[in-house]
Amino acid sequence: MNGPPILSAIIFAPFAGALLLALVPRARPAAVRAVALAASLSTLALALACAGSFDRGAAGYQLVERHAWISSLNVHYYLGLDGLSLVLILLTGIVAPAGLAVSWSQARDPRLFSLLFLAAQGSALGVFLALDFFHWFLFWELSLVPTFFLIKLWGGAGASRAAYQFVIYTLAGSAFLLLGFAAIFAATGSLDFAALGRLGASGELSARLASLGGFWPEAVFLGVLAGFAVKVPLYPFHTWLPAAYAEAPTGVSMFLTGVMSKMGVYGFLRILWPLFPAALHAAAGPLLWLALGGVVFGAFAATRQDDLKRMVAYSSLNHVSYCLMALFAVVSPAGPSAPAATAALSGAILQMFNHGLSASALFLCIGVLESRAGGRRGLGDFGGVRSAAPIFAGLCGIAMFSSLGLPGLNGFVGEFLIFRGVFGLAPWAAAVGCLGLLGTALFLLTFWQRVFHGPRAGAAAGEFRDLAGPNFVVLGALVALMFLFGLLPGLLTGIYNPLVTAWVGGLPTP
Amino acid sequence: MNPDYAGLAAGLLPEAALVAGALAVLGVDLAWLRRSAPARRLRTAASIGACAVLVAIGCSLRIGAVGEVFGGVLALDPLAVATRVGVLVLTLLVLGVSLGGRVARPPAEYVVVVLFATCGFLLMAAAQQLLVAFLALELASLSLYILAGFDASRPEAAEAAVKYFLFGAMAAAFLLFGFSLLYGLTGSIELAQISVALVHAPASPLLSAALVMVLVAFGFKVAAAPFHLWAPDAYQGAPAPSAALIASGSKLAGFVLFTRLLWPGLGALAGGFTWAGGGPGWIPIAAILCALSLLIGNFAALVQTDLRRLLAYSAIAHSGALLLGVIASGSSGPAPLFYYAATYGLATVGAFGVIAVIEPMAGGAKITDLAGLSRRSPFLAGCLLVYILSLAGVPPLAGFVGKFVVFAAALKMGGLAGPIGWLAVLAIALSAVALYYYLIVLKQALVAAPAPGASGRIRVPLATAFALAAAAALILLLGLFPSLLLGRF
Amino acid sequence: MSLLPWTFLLSLLGAGAALAAGRHSAAAARRVALGTVLASWAVVVAAAFRFTPAPRLQTLVDLAWIPALGVRFHLAVDGISLTLLMLTGIAATAGVLFSWNIEERTGEFFAFYLTLIAGVYGVFLSADAFLFFVFYELAIVPKYFLIAIWGSTNREYGAMKLVLYSFAGSALVLAGLLWAYAAGGGHGFGFEDLAAAAAGFTRGQQIGMFALVFFGFAVLAGLFPFHTWAPTGHVAAPTAASMLLAGVVMKLGAYGCLRVAMPLFPAGLDFWQPLVAWLAVIGIVYAGLVALVQDDCKFVIGYSSVSHMGFVMLGLAAANLRSVAGAVLQMFSHGVIAGLLFAVVGRMVYDRTHTRKLAELRLLPLARLLPFAAVVFVLAGLASMGLPGFSGFPAELSILIGAWQAAPLWAAVAALGVLVAAAFTLRVVVATFFGPATPGGEAAPLPAPLPPITWPERAGALLLLGATVVVGLKPDLLLNWIVPSLHSPLLQAALKGGTP
Repeated sequence: MNGPPILSAIIFAPFAGALLLALVPRARPAAVRAVALAASLSTLALALACAGSFDRGAAGYQLVERHAWISSLNVHYYLGLDGLSLVLILLTGIVAPAGLAVSWSQARDPRLFSLLFLAAQGSALGVFLALDFFHWFLFWELSLVPTFFLIKLWGGAGASRAAYQFVIYTLAGSAFLLLGFAAIFAATGSLDFAALGRLGASGELSARLASLGGFWPEAVFLGVLAGFAVKVPLYPFHTWLPAAYAEAPTGVSMFLTGVMSKMGVYGFLRILWPLFPAALHAAAGPLLWLALGGVVFGAFAATRQDDLKRMVAYSSLNHVSYCLMALFAVVSPAGPSAPAATAALSGAILQMFNHGLSASALFLCIGVLESRAGGRRGLGDFGGVRSAAPIFAGLCGIAMFSSLGLPGLNGFVGEFLIFRGVFGLAPWAAAVGCLGLLGTALFLLTFWQRVFHGPRAGAAAGEFRDLAGPNFVVLGALVALMFLFGLLPGLLTGIYNPLVTAWVGGLPTP
Repeated sequence: MNPDYAGLAAGLLPEAALVAGALAVLGVDLAWLRRSAPARRLRTAASIGACAVLVAIGCSLRIGAVGEVFGGVLALDPLAVATRVGVLVLTLLVLGVSLGGRVARPPAEYVVVVLFATCGFLLMAAAQQLLVAFLALELASLSLYILAGFDASRPEAAEAAVKYFLFGAMAAAFLLFGFSLLYGLTGSIELAQISVALVHAPASPLLSAALVMVLVAFGFKVAAAPFHLWAPDAYQGAPAPSAALIASGSKLAGFVLFTRLLWPGLGALAGGFTWAGGGPGWIPIAAILCALSLLIGNFAALVQTDLRRLLAYSAIAHSGALLLGVIASGSSGPAPLFYYAATYGLATVGAFGVIAVIEPMAGGAKITDLAGLSRRSPFLAGCLLVYILSLAGVPPLAGFVGKFVVFAAALKMGGLAGPIGWLAVLAIALSAVALYYYLIVLKQALVAAPAPGASGRIRVPLATAFALAAAAALILLLGLFPSLLLGRF
Repeated sequence: MSLLPWTFLLSLLGAGAALAAGRHSAAAARRVALGTVLASWAVVVAAAFRFTPAPRLQTLVDLAWIPALGVRFHLAVDGISLTLLMLTGIAATAGVLFSWNIEERTGEFFAFYLTLIAGVYGVFLSADAFLFFVFYELAIVPKYFLIAIWGSTNREYGAMKLVLYSFAGSALVLAGLLWAYAAGGGHGFGFEDLAAAAAGFTRGQQIGMFALVFFGFAVLAGLFPFHTWAPTGHVAAPTAASMLLAGVVMKLGAYGCLRVAMPLFPAGLDFWQPLVAWLAVIGIVYAGLVALVQDDCKFVIGYSSVSHMGFVMLGLAAANLRSVAGAVLQMFSHGVIAGLLFAVVGRMVYDRTHTRKLAELRLLPLARLLPFAAVVFVLAGLASMGLPGFSGFPAELSILIGAWQAAPLWAAVAALGVLVAAAFTLRVVVATFFGPATPGGEAAPLPAPLPPITWPERAGALLLLGATVVVGLKPDLLLNWIVPSLHSPLLQAALKGGTP
């Protein structure tokens, strides 16, 4: 029944690389880089192999590994791959090496940096592949540890505080998550997501929780919700985000926005929705407003920022909130809406992937600007970079327009599908969401105009080298992918279509 | 009725051995050792005394528990035999301790008086008749008064002796008066007949007076509050071996004697003690004495800076616990009481032995004089650890088992429904308080660094070392195998 | 399996041998001590391999001891005791390794230490209440000397407070046990005898007896509000003693609650359950909050021990199979983790920097001066937070599940405690080792190097880390012992009585 342990290999290869780095004496930087990059790219290689052998017609879990582990808690070592996880694994396989590669020039002690980065990557992969709460939670929590140290030890001036805030916030959410799952186990005797999903779908889970009486059933739902809401983040639990994303070093910011924020959305889709369909349905209204709040607030706050990194951080909030907006619209009460729901969910998954690419590319660009400007990254610190570094400006521009959602680039497809779907489900929400698009356009064009156009000023006034070396390779690759997935979105949608169809099929018919 | 003199002689062999030994000590000293050094005289005297004690132990064990002797004047039941052997062992240890400190002057007479006191204790253990009891008590007490004042070089000793004597004499008067009232009311001086007569005796104020007087004398003898005032001064002023004997042998014999008097002698007058009042008798009074002793003894010990006074107040507290054993003897037998008293005696002899050894160097017995004992004499520190922990009631030492059996016996008398059970709980609670001051002593001995002027090694004479080691070993042995004693009853 | 009594015998013999060896040289005493603890641990491991879990206590030795009292020298083991015996073996070995640098009165140190270990082993093996109590009290006095002679901050006060509180607690236990014994007719002190007698007591009697015995043991377990001795005492103690005190000796109290109080007086448990649970959860949160504002890192660890023991007590109070199994697992887990935390703070940091104040440690770049210690402390901190992958997580999860089944509100407040634990642990780890803010640029020049981490410290740290990781990833190793023994008739009576 258990196939070859490819999924375990995916998860543990980065960890193995980290272990190897820990044992290798701090002698040769070239060896360090080679080992780290190899471990990080292993994900992409293995993920492509999985994509190759992936059965695109089936909606269930493939390449399943399931072994008995802790009998007294009915816990199994359970890994499985479906369309959603495969998309996210591919994303991680692209963003993580990218982030790693661009960090070497800046980071002191590259061995420790790479070690921690690989650990973070492995944890994220574990989150996307684990299907039993025990090791899923292990990876969920474990991802915080290397990230904390990466931000604190290599970050900017306010790094300590940002790292603390990030970790404490997430741990607070995790505490509620833990309590929620303790309650779920107490009610059902299982921590297996698949089994719990079935119980949720049949309504039995809520029936068993309802036996607690009082407000406890709602409390369990809210606890699990809180755990994910903090991670995404869902407005108004986002206050940790701007500082963390801004203070982190470039590569880490790329990883944070590209991969870690998707862990939260993944949690909504994989855990919260299947287990609590009715509760989510009941709470969809307020949650939709919160998502919209994130969309609008994120976009407009970005326009008010002077620090470029904070600007993109808020923009991340905006883009990820689109995914949540789609999900909440799908579960909110509405008329028969299968095509709209399909579009919305499909768009959400696409958006996760595409935003990962474009946001990490944007952070990379800002990282380049920052390093050229000696650590400054204000909006007014640059001017006319286009004439100083045309290649860089070109690539950066493409990334920006991808984030904006220009047709032909990858960002467009996801956003278009989301809006199409949401418009069919909750038209007013779509209308409000458009404000977000407006805000995004505003700040990105401002960014483009102030930094790249006009006379050369600020840091660009003096010497401003164009892109070279790893930065060039990575940014170029990302941009190429943006074009690829912009023109051929079917490459991705083919992976998860059956899954989305199954989800929509499971929606209650009003 | 034919007086069974042969039986009496056989039964009194231990006493005879002691008296013979005392005479031998005097004789040898007078004849050959007039001009020797006091230390040598003491050694010789102690050796002869020790031989006499060993012979007495042998005789006691060989005679065994034959029962009534000489028509009921004495009774050699298992309790008596055990007490006699116990007292003799304690005396042996005291003799060993006496060689460790300042040499008593005159040395041979000291040993003689010790032997006479022991003789008194032996009789106390077996007495079944009021007059014999009083006689034995007085023999012992007078000897102890003398022993208390035996150190002519220190005025405290004389003061101690006088205080002890005055209190003691008064208590003896009370006792005699009480006995005479009992005789008047029951027409007999035999405990067996008294107990029978009292079953049918009407309640009368004279009877109550007799009870009170007996109890007062008892309380004084065992230093139970509020009759304890002589104890701190006596323990502080007397020479260390004397204090050891007062604290150990005298307590053991005293408790056994009075237990015999109260149960079964005055058993009919025991009275009940429930929350609703209960019948009149001596148990309520004994319970009050117990509570007072526990409280006063423990709390006063907390503030002491002198080791001897601390041991005195702790002795008062232990008397309280032993009173609990007395009260419980009616239902559980004398085994708990005996065990506790005997092992308490061992620990006390040991503690005073350590004091005897360090006192000459330090000039006094303040607790701080113990500082750094573990470095100055690891042997003494180790022994002191055993004694103090036994007094504190820490397993696996005998003190713990003693406390345990006494409290268990007390609680069996009605659980927490009656006040006796609550007394046991009080005692248990106060043992935590007691641990504090015992740890203070151990802290000085084992933790603190030696005082600047007193860091030399302390030499312990062989005989004393032997005695201290034997006491510690016995405490440990009896703690690990309590059935050795408890199983004899 | 019948080798197990050798654990405490070897320890006692080792104590004497260490004392003798100490007269010769400190190194000899150390070697004797290490040999003794390794031998005892080996005995436990050997017994563990041959152990078959069964729903009852398996007798090792049963001899008549004091017939007059009905006391028997009865040693027995079940899965719960075996778990704790294993903990003792591990913690004792680590403790000796971390005491390798004691030069003054070394022989006496190890003599007291090994006597304490002997007492602890004895408690876990006892199946007779009198014997249990004897070993329990035997463990009290060495603590005083270990702290008073070799301790640090405020040691005499800390030692006295710790010992008096422990003794007071055991006095309560003695009172309760004697009462039960006497009320039952005084037939015997074996657990089965007392339980059979207790079955005939009135509800009022059981309530009173439970109160005395449970709260007496709970004092040693650090249940709020009887916990105040713990931070003071643990801070005052030398490293190895803190490791043992927080790691193992506090578990004696919890073990007493589980083995003695709960099975004998189930009606009492029923009555007192809500109060105990509330005290436990209050302790979890309160101690955590106090830890959050401490300036001395050892105090943080001391309070964190109280907080973690709160979880144990909550697990016991919830009194169902899941929560009690979690409680026993947490006893093991916290024993190892507390040992690790004290080892780093006491031995690795304090012995080198001679300060424990966070304000001063923040100024030293300890992460670069002592990288091994930094990594160990980070891992220990993560384990203490209950991060999955370490032994604390399955324990706390089980306790939360069980507590939820008893009363959801308890679990909710306890989960808050998890968050507070994360906060104070993060704070202390970062402040101690990662104090100076290092912007991602140049590294400041290193101050004078500190003495390197010695091999015994490394060995001890790896031992403890290994234990917590192995159990964290495979808790079944211990749960397979623990859960069957919870099905014994005695414990089942307690569990049934507790769940609503």
